[in-house]
Amino acid sequence: MSAVLSTTSTNSHTLKWSASDAGFYNDRVVRQFSVMAVVWGVVSMLVGVFIAAQMTWPELNFGISWLSFGRLRPLHTNAAIFAFGGCALFATSYYVVQRTCQVRIISDKLAAFHFWGWQGVIVAAAISLPMGFTRGKEYAELEWPISILITLTWLAYAVVFFGTVGIRKVRHIYVANWFYGAFIIAVALLHIVNAAVVPAGWMKSYSAYAGVQDAMVQWWYGHNAVGFFLTAGFLGIVYYFIPKQAERPVYSYRLSIVHFWALIFTYMWAGPHHLHYTALPDWTQSLGMVFSLILLAPSWGGMINGVMTLSGAWHKLRDDPILRFMIVALSFYGIATFEGPMLSIKTVNALSHYTDWNIAHVHGGTLGWVGFISMGALYYLIPRMFGQTKMHSIKAIEVHFWVATIGIVLYIAAMWIAGVMQGLMWRAINPDGSLTYTFVESVKATFPFYMVRFFGGVLYLSGMLVMAWNVTMTAMAGEPSEGRIPVGGRPVDGGHA
Amino acid sequence: MDILFLLIPVSVLLAMGVLGVLAWAVWSGQFEELESEGQRILLNDKPQVEQPHTDQQA
Repeated sequence: MSAVLSTTSTNSHTLKWSASDAGFYNDRVVRQFSVMAVVWGVVSMLVGVFIAAQMTWPELNFGISWLSFGRLRPLHTNAAIFAFGGCALFATSYYVVQRTCQVRIISDKLAAFHFWGWQGVIVAAAISLPMGFTRGKEYAELEWPISILITLTWLAYAVVFFGTVGIRKVRHIYVANWFYGAFIIAVALLHIVNAAVVPAGWMKSYSAYAGVQDAMVQWWYGHNAVGFFLTAGFLGIVYYFIPKQAERPVYSYRLSIVHFWALIFTYMWAGPHHLHYTALPDWTQSLGMVFSLILLAPSWGGMINGVMTLSGAWHKLRDDPILRFMIVALSFYGIATFEGPMLSIKTVNALSHYTDWNIAHVHGGTLGWVGFISMGALYYLIPRMFGQTKMHSIKAIEVHFWVATIGIVLYIAAMWIAGVMQGLMWRAINPDGSLTYTFVESVKATFPFYMVRFFGGVLYLSGMLVMAWNVTMTAMAGEPSEGRIPVGGRPVDGGHA
Repeated sequence: MDILFLLIPVSVLLAMGVLGVLAWAVWSGQFEELESEGQRILLNDKPQVEQPHTDQQA
């Protein structure tokens, strides 16, 4: 182990790199993923706003199957999670793993394959989903040829990430890398198990599992996709970018390690809470509920740790909109990880399931937590990727923050009220045992809340458009640039070039 | 619920794998002098913005 510690300056002569890459980080792949995160952010939110409008005014289907809600909804979720969220995770993880290990990534070519392969997956999704090709599994809709491309791309990512950790020049593996690493391994495993199918033609397949077995596999996948894609990966962002932006170390580094291991050991078992009151055996449902409740502890420990990083420097929140994005993201993480265990309690679930309360819960997590922490990290990254010290307009970041925050509050509040209302209307029973309300009455009653939700979505999208403008101006003012590996950490000798 | 005969072993195997990684991390000294590791990321990459390097491939 002491060998990797020998980061003396004895190789300073190698600083006269012959190749253009030696001595520098590969920020090209970081830059590409950062820019595409913004692009896909706009696209996914635009589709989201459109389908929100369809929920309010169904005429917006225009009678065209390609534009129908059932086909555009998976396009929205895939674009938001895997295109926007994915690109943000890839950009930040490549940035963090190089900076904290003080080496250039192990292979530029594999990273380039990862980038282009992933864009290929997104484009294939954007074409095949509106055409109606789907496996019918939530967040795993893409048909098997695209599934295989995902697997190959992910493999390249894993090789680059872990290979880079393997050649690190710093003995300690920084905590953010643990979160990114868990995200990479878990998503690979989940994808492979849940994507097992029997092909029946080029764009048609049948699941390898049947009935309730299939449902259990699906939600083992679905819940852990939330746990490892939408949580662990973004916690990697928290543990690197909040300290960097706040210029203070994590409040308790020790707690961040405990946070990691506790989360990793408990997340895997919570999936059955998606299948309460179904054909799933009762004990499995209860087990899922208990593990979901346990999850509250590590989640809140992590949230408090992140927020307390600012202790003694709270004034920074007043002056720095980027930091505000990050800290508000953590508060939404706190809300969503409190709400999640609560919704997993079977009696609460009896009221909430199948209602818009779930939509509120999911969007608190995605718009508030995943969206805001990504935006904060991207505002940190993008100027650095173009040789700038800060974004073109700080004022525009401020505007983005407020517009988006108001958008989320409108969105979530509307869906919370609508959800509880629907749950109560559906279960209301007359003295003679008949249902008090027909289903369509609950739909009519939801109409005003769908309007508010649509308006909230428009605000959130507007914020993203402001960001896209700001990013464009920042990129045009600078030039693509690569960070220099500090002298303490040796430059890559010779390198690949 | 035959599927549990697959999912539970897979999850247990995974948990054991995670336990193995945890053991490696503990025994190899990853968690010694933890608080200074939190400080390190704030120190070590200062020159990145001051020394822009034009990317010819872009």
